[in-house]
Amino acid sequence: MSKIKGLAYVLGDNIDTDQIIPAIYLVYKVEGEESKMYGKLALSGLPEDIIKEQPFIENDSFTSKYTVLIAGKNFGCGSSREHAPLALQKAGLQAVVAVDYARIFYRNAVDGGFIIPYEIPKYLGDYIKTGDEVEIDLENDMLKNLSTKETYSLSNLGSAKEIIEAGGIFEYARKKKLIK
Amino acid sequence: MGMTIVEKILAKHAELESVKPGDNIWINVDNLLTHDVTGPGSIQIFKREFGEDAKVWDKDKVIIIPDHYIFTKDKYAMRNLNDLKAFAEEQDLTYYYEPFTDDYKGVCHVAIMEEGHLLPGEVLFGTDSHTCSSGAFGMFASGIGNTDAGFILGTGKLWVKVPQTMRFTFNGGLPEYIMGKDIILQVINDIGFDGATYKTMQFDGTAINGLNMEERMTICNMAIEAGGKNGLIPADNTTVEYVRNKSSKKFNVIEADKDAVYSFEKTYDASKLEPMVAKPFSPGNGELAKNLSDVKVTRAYIGSCTGGKTTDFFAAAKILYGKKVQVDTFVVPATTKVFESLHQITIKGKTLHQVFEEAGCDIGLPSCAACLGGPKDTFGRTRADEVVISTTNRNFVGRMGSKHAQIYLASPLTAAASAVTGHITDPRVFLESGDQNE
Repeated sequence: MSKIKGLAYVLGDNIDTDQIIPAIYLVYKVEGEESKMYGKLALSGLPEDIIKEQPFIENDSFTSKYTVLIAGKNFGCGSSREHAPLALQKAGLQAVVAVDYARIFYRNAVDGGFIIPYEIPKYLGDYIKTGDEVEIDLENDMLKNLSTKETYSLSNLGSAKEIIEAGGIFEYARKKKLIK
Repeated sequence: MGMTIVEKILAKHAELESVKPGDNIWINVDNLLTHDVTGPGSIQIFKREFGEDAKVWDKDKVIIIPDHYIFTKDKYAMRNLNDLKAFAEEQDLTYYYEPFTDDYKGVCHVAIMEEGHLLPGEVLFGTDSHTCSSGAFGMFASGIGNTDAGFILGTGKLWVKVPQTMRFTFNGGLPEYIMGKDIILQVINDIGFDGATYKTMQFDGTAINGLNMEERMTICNMAIEAGGKNGLIPADNTTVEYVRNKSSKKFNVIEADKDAVYSFEKTYDASKLEPMVAKPFSPGNGELAKNLSDVKVTRAYIGSCTGGKTTDFFAAAKILYGKKVQVDTFVVPATTKVFESLHQITIKGKTLHQVFEEAGCDIGLPSCAACLGGPKDTFGRTRADEVVISTTNRNFVGRMGSKHAQIYLASPLTAAASAVTGHITDPRVFLESGDQNE
């Protein structure tokens, strides 16, 4: 997978884990058939006006039509619930592009191999709107807004890149022969 | 280059001479804490990766303390409790605090200290962001997700990036109206909701040394609300005495090198602090309680790991003694030990339990309860557009249940004072009027 292409969904700063997946839903199994509930409930904790204006999940669907989430500062702050990156992945999201992340969310996203947490110093919500078609070039760390033809340089994934490419901490540790 | 306390702890657990901020290292874990919300998922991942018949790396080092969704009829929540029980039995775990038995404790961050699992110099990971509470014991304690926990269950190891250390020093005498909650809300307000992202927040100084372990734990608990990787208070005589009363295990008190490097340093005059409140919808949205007297509240909530300990209830009872609350007031002891203490500790001949009952409070059973909303039938859960003054640690949209509720975070003194007046109230109104009950 060298490119991620799809529709963008745009949010602002400080999107906490209670907005990504409210605590009341943390009762479903994270593996197997039941885990698809997390896709259906992804971002259901957002304020009602945002949900009304730009529903992430429509009607009774278990997945979203959006592929890339654009956000501001401190994305994923709050609880350590891994259900947060899991819910976004189950909904079909492949990458988040935020100004920065809360550390546990970032760790969970990378170690669990759920989604790619890209960083970019400027808030892309000023240039991209929900519904724009975007493409991320993973080899060159670039994001292109196919609706406007503008391109943006993403921050290098740094030390997380090896784990992301391996698909998560277990695969990474096996590659490094740390576990069997 | 000298090392901070956290750098020394991490170096030792990585079996390295020294480490510096930014280093990615693999460390040996002393204990793993988990509970009913994140435990079942961690176990599923452990089994997926290491096999159905795999054994945990050390059955004495996996601590399971169910606490989140206990007193509910939710069938999924009950199934998760059963899954934990089955795992504890299958793995023959030494420390499993089973609900609905005499072993049940309640909120994991408080129970883990009460049960003597915390030792200075050690490394604790927990599948809960408030695991950083335990840094109050001069140890490294940090929250992780299910995948990392599944990895630890199988290996006893985890990779970490060595954090920079920010240092907050509080010197001087702490006024009687200031609690640990006010201190941490002040700090988060000063550095911002993401002001410590990826970093250690170390709290020290004479005012911190004057606090008991419960108050220290309140401060470290909310390091995560500034984005911190962990909170830490250097171990001192108070720490050692507390630990000695709970555990016979050996430990080493780690001190920073004289030339240790801190990425940020700030010193506060503790005597000048004033009661602090965090307004909706961020713990960093601080304002002095005295400036919020026009905010009417419809509910008060005194509970959780940050605000449901014996020290917290003693403080609240000082205000509530002989008074009536004007709004629905929920009292939720964090653990069974705290619950028992409500019947043992007295103010002017009345137990704390009597003080709360006579004031008109609803007293719940020990658990996380409505701190994070929980299932629909959770005690104290918000249902509509309540305005809550709460001793909990988060005030995000929907955090206590309803998206339309507004949560103001405050100390137990401020929450109790506000419950009595029906609007946000600086506790000095009661404490300085000669209306004290000590």
